[in-house]
Amino acid sequence: MMVNIKPKSGAHIGAKASVSHIMWQVMLALMPATVFGLWLFGWPAINLFIVTVLSAIFFEAVCIRLQGRAVKPVIMDGSAILTAWLLAMTLPPWAPWWVGVVGSALAIILGKQVYGGLGQNLFNPAMLARVALLISFPIELTTWANVSPLFFSNSPGLIESWHITFSGIDNLDATTGATILGYIKTEFSQNHLLSESLKEYSGLLNFIGWGRGSLSETSVILLGAGGVWLLRQGIIQWHIPASLLLTVAIFASIFHLIDDQHYVSPMLHLSSGGLILTAFFIATDYVTSPNTPTGQIVFGAGCGFLIFVIRTWGAYPEGAAFAVLLMNSATPLIDYYIRPRIYGRDRQGKPLEITKS
Amino acid sequence: MLSFFTKPRIRGGVHAEGYKELTSADKIISTFPLPKTLYIPLQQHVGKPAEPLIRVGDKVLKGQLLAYSQGLISSPVHAPSSGIILDVNEYPAPHPSALPIRMIVLETDGKDEWIKPPIVDDPFQLTPEDISLRVGAAGIVGLGGATFPTAVKLNMGRENSIDTLIINGAECEPYLSCDDRLMQERADQIIDGVRLMLHGMESDRAVVAIEDNKPQAFYAMQTAARPYPLIEVIQIPTRYPMGWDRQLIRYVTGKEVPVGCRSSEIGVTIHNISTAHAVHNAIRKGQPLVSRVVTVSGGAVRRPMNVEIPLGTLISEVFAFCEVDLEQTARIIMGGPMMGDALPHTGLPTVKATSGVLALTESELKSTDVQPCIRCASCVTVCPAGLRPLDMANNIRMNQLDAAVDLGLKDCISCGCCSYICPSNIPLVQYFKYASGEVVARQQAQHKSEQTKRLMDDRNARMERIARQQEEEERIRIAAKVERERIKAEQAAAAAAAEAEAEAAQETLV
Amino acid sequence: MYVLSAIVCLTLLGLVLGLLLGIAGKYLKVESSPILDEIESILPGSQCGQCGFPGCRPAAEALVEGKAPATICPPGGSALAEQIAALLGLDLDLSAVKEPELLVARVSEATCTGCTRCFKVCPTDAIVGAPKQIHAVVADACIACKKCVEVCPTECLQMHPVEVTLRNWRWNKPIVVFDESKTEGAVC
Repeated sequence: MMVNIKPKSGAHIGAKASVSHIMWQVMLALMPATVFGLWLFGWPAINLFIVTVLSAIFFEAVCIRLQGRAVKPVIMDGSAILTAWLLAMTLPPWAPWWVGVVGSALAIILGKQVYGGLGQNLFNPAMLARVALLISFPIELTTWANVSPLFFSNSPGLIESWHITFSGIDNLDATTGATILGYIKTEFSQNHLLSESLKEYSGLLNFIGWGRGSLSETSVILLGAGGVWLLRQGIIQWHIPASLLLTVAIFASIFHLIDDQHYVSPMLHLSSGGLILTAFFIATDYVTSPNTPTGQIVFGAGCGFLIFVIRTWGAYPEGAAFAVLLMNSATPLIDYYIRPRIYGRDRQGKPLEITKS
Repeated sequence: MLSFFTKPRIRGGVHAEGYKELTSADKIISTFPLPKTLYIPLQQHVGKPAEPLIRVGDKVLKGQLLAYSQGLISSPVHAPSSGIILDVNEYPAPHPSALPIRMIVLETDGKDEWIKPPIVDDPFQLTPEDISLRVGAAGIVGLGGATFPTAVKLNMGRENSIDTLIINGAECEPYLSCDDRLMQERADQIIDGVRLMLHGMESDRAVVAIEDNKPQAFYAMQTAARPYPLIEVIQIPTRYPMGWDRQLIRYVTGKEVPVGCRSSEIGVTIHNISTAHAVHNAIRKGQPLVSRVVTVSGGAVRRPMNVEIPLGTLISEVFAFCEVDLEQTARIIMGGPMMGDALPHTGLPTVKATSGVLALTESELKSTDVQPCIRCASCVTVCPAGLRPLDMANNIRMNQLDAAVDLGLKDCISCGCCSYICPSNIPLVQYFKYASGEVVARQQAQHKSEQTKRLMDDRNARMERIARQQEEEERIRIAAKVERERIKAEQAAAAAAAEAEAEAAQETLV
Repeated sequence: MYVLSAIVCLTLLGLVLGLLLGIAGKYLKVESSPILDEIESILPGSQCGQCGFPGCRPAAEALVEGKAPATICPPGGSALAEQIAALLGLDLDLSAVKEPELLVARVSEATCTGCTRCFKVCPTDAIVGAPKQIHAVVADACIACKKCVEVCPTECLQMHPVEVTLRNWRWNKPIVVFDESKTEGAVC
């Protein structure tokens, strides 16, 4: 009897792993921080999140249809949803609906499908969209809402939240303010030193995430827990987060020791502006990071260095997105020069010399 | 002693789900019913096929030489049972394509009568060359699956002065447990075979490496090796592909085998456990290699077992004995599930290399739902050879075979770790096997076009030479004709002149 | 006002730079390396004429001059097209390329009359024979140009596909098809 017709080779058994499995696990790791962030900023944040994710699914479906492929399996692999999720997490929580839609369009169409779809993009799509939005719509992307948790008195109700999301925030001064990094930068421009600017800063609150910031980038502890869980599951390797965070910490410590009035402490660096999200979830994106452990360490260190430089001396208070994009462009170069050593050959690829016993 | 080796390192590899417990707890079954017909391929080894010396209709005894080895790297073939030769012809080979190769078909007479073997009292009195000769004459090849003629390897070992003989008891492939059972039940014979091999290579150190998922086998081998201080039995970590010879050499001795060199050039050689057992049988009992222990396992097998079968048994008969449910079988695999070949049907014979025959159900197989590569680099992490499968497969997909070769395609050992771990179910090993074949085909095509040019140039030169020759002949012929005519004209002129003279003379006379 | 001057400036700049590039392209041109021989060496050399050129060397010349696409040689198939494209840096469109079926000529001994017409035309001397003797084709040297089939008076010479044996069997390339009708990508 003919059991199979075309010769099949190679490993006939496989590990129970699939692309959607990986994506759903990452989303699971993001869940605590996301839920916390959505609760922290109330209904408008929830609206924005839903709009962003739904429009990403829509744009992905359109692109796949245009290629003449079946839509459902591609959506079900979860990559578009994850991209939109990460993008939404980095947006200001009360941003208007069109920021989410345009961001999703940029991320999915320009950041992913134009390059050839899953696995072919050069830049991280979520970061590409964020940077494009930041440069195109600076006002909307730097309007940070106050902390107004759901079911608390100052949180807008559902109807009011639709109004905020679909037609804009009414009284900006009462409901918005600056993030800690942004505040420090503007204070520097007015020649106020750190000891003055940080008078009302609470390290603990910042660590938990009770402060102004992106939709769910604020909570270091929840994001860190998710990242460590991903490490344990083997979804990501330790090289990029470790090198990224260490580099930022080392540079911040050096400069803080030199002059602690002008340079922010490493703890503040590590706990603000979504550094933890970048370290564990964004810089570790498979498609845009190097393939080898050594390459990943170089990548992470480069990201950390650039983040520190942009935050300290750049015009923007938050440099993670730019740093990631710059290092993404260096990834092919890193992969070209840093390669594993083949068994029986030396690092240059020549066969080893025989060493007789 | 082994604490002296430097940096034991395992690179890459996967922790494959074992499934060995399906068959490793029970004894080897030796009551397999003798098949009516045996199909014995003439090439069950690396090198030139054996050449038959029997004819159709001959009566043969078990262990009788059926085909002699040809050339330096070859191996003879013996009768797995007594009977009559039915045919020497081409039959489907145990290969994914089931294309035909030459086989001897033997009809058994049920008596299973051995030939009278030459028994040796003390094999250690034999010279090492003699040991090699006997091992070669017994048709022993690497039974781990590589099927390299063992005698040739022993000779190479002698020439290169081996300081460590490693006996590969790793059996890292899932489902297979034939080596495990062999070690548990016949440890003394295996150790004896190891000692004979050491004698045959004039070497004095052997290390038996057993994966640590086989504690009883380790204990049995350790007990058997205790009286012999030259043989050391160690445990190695369980990780596929620990049994890859180069990985094992690096782990046990700390040395790496350079690319393009054989392991004997660095003073190490590896033989499989089953091969050592076969050497014992050949030298002590004079029995050539005519049967082997095979693991029959898989989800579709109702009675999974390790069974000793004569070589040339059709897989259909093995499956019938083990009550395999063919309806549930999604794939038949000869060998292990990582590197074994998928066979198209069961009408194919088992050969010396068959360490296992698996009947896997659909749920046990890896999904063939291929998705785009997400560049997760799991394949880079697990590759034991240090290659980058994702980049190589990408290049091959875009038909850039030269780039794939630059990345190290020729160093791929087809272990299957990358295919195993790929979350997008990309058939990576098939890409590499295809590309290797394609590179060879292109080289052959290039060679052929060079040869064609040469042939055409030769032919044109020959045509020109013929044309020149003809011209030359033509010229000579014309010249000769001209010469003849000149002579004729001269003669005619001379004759005319003579006639005129004669006439003139006559006139003057008158 | 400023816009107008900007437009004028940039246009002039573009024109000047383009002129400079054109001059450089003409007078500073680098002579190309002897790639002609290399291209010719990878062509099959059977002078079959299927490319439309009177032989492999003229085809190679046309390729180097850019007058022929990389897919010009049908017997070479996609493999040859890629090699040519790689050597010359050409764009490659493999959609219309069919893999060539490998053929060899074979003499049917029953009908061969020994007329010797075939081996006189074989460009690689792949046919052996003598007058009034049955001829035979040396398969290794046959390049499937079909000249012998055309001249054989008894049609005993036919083209046969090369037999696939265990020695020359090769693995197929895994082809992944993303089809609208299927719900998943399937491996062929």
